[in-house]
Amino acid sequence: MHTLTRKEKPKESHMRIELTVNGAEHTLDIEPRTTLLDCLRDHLGLTGAHAGCEHGVCGACTVLVDGVAVRSCLMFSPQAEGAAITTIEGVTPGPGELSPVQDAFCETHGMQCGYCTPAMVLVAHALLADNPEPTREQIVEAISGNICRCTGYAQIVEAIALAAERIRGANRPPELRK
Amino acid sequence: MSEARHRYVSSDRRVREDRRFVVGKGKFVADIDLPNTKHIALVTCPHAAARIKSIDKRAALNMPGVHYVVDGRELAEATLPLMTGLDTPNVPRRPLAVDVARYSGEWVAAVVANTRAQAEDAAEAIDVSYEPLPFVLDAEQAIAPGAVLVHQAHGSNVLLDKTFVWGDVDKDFKDSPRKLSLRVKWARSSTVPIETFGVVTTWDPWREILDVYASIQMPRYADQIGAALKIPSSSVRVHYDVDVGGSYGVKRGIKNTVLAGYLARRLGVPIRLIEDRLENMRGGDAHGPERLFDVEVAFDDNGVVRSMKMRALENLGAYAGRSPFQLGKPIGSIVGPYKIRSVQYRAIAVVTNKTTQDAVRGFGQGPTNLALERVIDEVANVLNLDPLEVRRRNLIRHEEFPYMIPSGTTYDSGDYHTVIDKVLADTNYAELKKERDRLRAEGKLAGIGIAACLEPSGGNATFEALLNPAITTSTFMDSCRIVVDGMGAITATMHTTSSGQGHETLVGTVIGEVLQIDPDTIRVARPDSLNSLPSGTPVGSRMAIMLGGAAFHAAQKLKAKLTAIAAHDLGIPPERAVYKDGNVFDRNAPQNKRTWADLVQIAHRNIHRMPDGCEPGLAVSHIYDVPTGGTLPTPDGRVQMYPCFAFEFHLILLSIDPDLGVPEIVRYRLGHDCGTQINPKIVRGMTMGGIAHGIGAALHEEFAYNDEGQLISQTFMDYLLPSSHEVPAIKIIDHETPSPHTVLGQKGSGESGYLGAPAAIANAVNDALKPLGVSINTLPLKVSKLGDLIAEARAKKGGK
Repeated sequence: MHTLTRKEKPKESHMRIELTVNGAEHTLDIEPRTTLLDCLRDHLGLTGAHAGCEHGVCGACTVLVDGVAVRSCLMFSPQAEGAAITTIEGVTPGPGELSPVQDAFCETHGMQCGYCTPAMVLVAHALLADNPEPTREQIVEAISGNICRCTGYAQIVEAIALAAERIRGANRPPELRK
Repeated sequence: MSEARHRYVSSDRRVREDRRFVVGKGKFVADIDLPNTKHIALVTCPHAAARIKSIDKRAALNMPGVHYVVDGRELAEATLPLMTGLDTPNVPRRPLAVDVARYSGEWVAAVVANTRAQAEDAAEAIDVSYEPLPFVLDAEQAIAPGAVLVHQAHGSNVLLDKTFVWGDVDKDFKDSPRKLSLRVKWARSSTVPIETFGVVTTWDPWREILDVYASIQMPRYADQIGAALKIPSSSVRVHYDVDVGGSYGVKRGIKNTVLAGYLARRLGVPIRLIEDRLENMRGGDAHGPERLFDVEVAFDDNGVVRSMKMRALENLGAYAGRSPFQLGKPIGSIVGPYKIRSVQYRAIAVVTNKTTQDAVRGFGQGPTNLALERVIDEVANVLNLDPLEVRRRNLIRHEEFPYMIPSGTTYDSGDYHTVIDKVLADTNYAELKKERDRLRAEGKLAGIGIAACLEPSGGNATFEALLNPAITTSTFMDSCRIVVDGMGAITATMHTTSSGQGHETLVGTVIGEVLQIDPDTIRVARPDSLNSLPSGTPVGSRMAIMLGGAAFHAAQKLKAKLTAIAAHDLGIPPERAVYKDGNVFDRNAPQNKRTWADLVQIAHRNIHRMPDGCEPGLAVSHIYDVPTGGTLPTPDGRVQMYPCFAFEFHLILLSIDPDLGVPEIVRYRLGHDCGTQINPKIVRGMTMGGIAHGIGAALHEEFAYNDEGQLISQTFMDYLLPSSHEVPAIKIIDHETPSPHTVLGQKGSGESGYLGAPAAIANAVNDALKPLGVSINTLPLKVSKLGDLIAEARAKKGGK
């Protein structure tokens, strides 16, 4: 990718930024107008975030910025300096492995075409980090900024509820699990 | 449900595609990153209609990173017009407007630059001089005498005007004691996938191959590219392993592809055109039907409908590809699930100065179902009968299948009354009415909505021949190849793209079922178009039937071959050889057997142990024809269209805040019968998503135009897709009436929910408005529209 060493000077039209993405530091020379979404996709090769509307409505570009679900199409990449950015690649435990949330999405088939899915998974991670026992209404509210055209949301809501239940169960001693 | 009959089919198995999507490793077209790729941005016409006087490219060409600007004239000289369904040579459709632009947002020129941002900057610097022209937006105005002509050379705005009469309509109308007529309008909306259309092309001049990566869902894509670019279709290599981020019919970016393909050849670099949302909404040619129905029915005092006259006027937008055929598909189930014995159907398609349409989920069936279901409710209304009871009296009964409708199609199977009974066993109808009345007593407007609809599936495309006799297509095949390699591993292939339908899971499940082998061990691959067998692509709810059928028969061939090899090697007559779980044994001496590994060894390496005339290796393929297909229409327009008909019964309770006009779906039940469900998770997801899409079409979504011909809902701020807040909790009650025509009894389900939800919602809204003495039959039933209507009605009644 286009990660540079600190010695080179940026081009006149570009600026140098430092981003922390999935725990790794990157120094990048980019046009200041580059959105965080384009930066992640085009400069860091993290293509799990998707462009849907590019005006902040559909949520397909969602990433976590300091743990909060944010639309990366509405944020210029220089604005993300100093923050901890987490993408779908960052919540995947390892090659061939799935997080409990990702696994729950597979269990309920909480997707079809998969385009909005990484964003939905990240929103679910953010929700469950704050609220390990969300109600249906809270799940519906949490995903309400992310449009899915395929599923009608039912199996996404079920996935997040299932993930919550499993994570709660996993954190309990075996004798207290359901 | 069917554990006894099946091992893997109908069981609650995961969908194999999901693993790549949950980790963000889908391979979408925007993820294709070829070295040295250049990017396209588009210059679009700001007028509803305009003559293009000049295009000054100089400033743009001098901007940083810009390589090229192409306009419509250059492209038209180098390419042929895009394929159309009707024979309308004077209505040519091209990727870029030539001399005249015919809708606001139409693509006029394309800029190629190093980055998309540079291309967008340069697109703004192109100076196009326009002479605005008169325009027409409304379909009725477009067919009126003296109307502004969208295409002067065609001489009229009408591309299709065809009337069919099936049965003795005049007599049935004369003999019926009652008649009513109704005007219903389906608003211009679409499927609007979250991923816009995108394409990446690259031309290899030495091999003479155009590689195409696209988010496509379209029959004959490679053929159409080759034809327009004037190269053999065997010089077009479409990569089917690109994941498509939603389509539901509409991803038909042929104009995008021809433009990008031309530029890839012209410039010798990979070219990428990923529509932005605005390009998609205005100029992506991805709008759906906008249809005005005038329906008249003749019925008796019991509400039994004998005959129907339906006039459907379709506003195509400025150009037409296959979109006029969306008036043809509903002919295959023109009477819905009802025993209406004669029908007159007039289909009119006109061009206007709006964005071009393409195929949308249901291919015209959703609008037709809306019109039919609204009119059935009105029959109940005028007779003061319960709408459910009127439906029961008209529905085809289980014992009457197979049932031929007046337009010549025979429905395969169904048990509509039982599906309804199952829904009512879950949700007591009398209680639901009481709940409605309670809401009314609380001051709400509340209504019950019912829709009983069919989903035709597995089509053979004979609607083409019905509307254009020059077309003689009578099949619409699909294929599957299975190869067992020298180590015994199984790879099956499918030969098209998918946009979320889980086709890899479908193929694996069906082959696993036949071979009695865990489906998860079967690799499913997608070769490119040069290595593929024919596929009709995932349109018309056909893949469970057609790809499932092809996979089933290919697996049967493989099983037969394995059995023959084993019988020969065991020295027993073939009828004594029994296939089980991948092994073959002697029925009379089960200890004598050949294992899977033995059979692979023989087929791949021991030709001397093979039966005479048996090909070495283990590779089979099957090209599957549409069940019940193969005939062309009769001169009076009767033909067997789709082989299978799924049934859906929607029952909803809806309340409307009388002060704000905000509708809320309080209860949603769906009875659904699509025969055998190969993967219940997939069917449920499709159906839930279809209902959500239908809620959008009924209540929120519209490509609205202002009087100047400007599209005013061109972003997601104005074109409102349902969020999780707009979709209520829905309960689906399944029933299974297998189709006798398909390999596992399956029917299609790709359009389920969507085909009836708008009708059910419109009926519920009208039931809710009934106490006010008003009705509404124009979608979408937006809050603003409902609020105004209610306020007006209350003012008239002397209320507040």
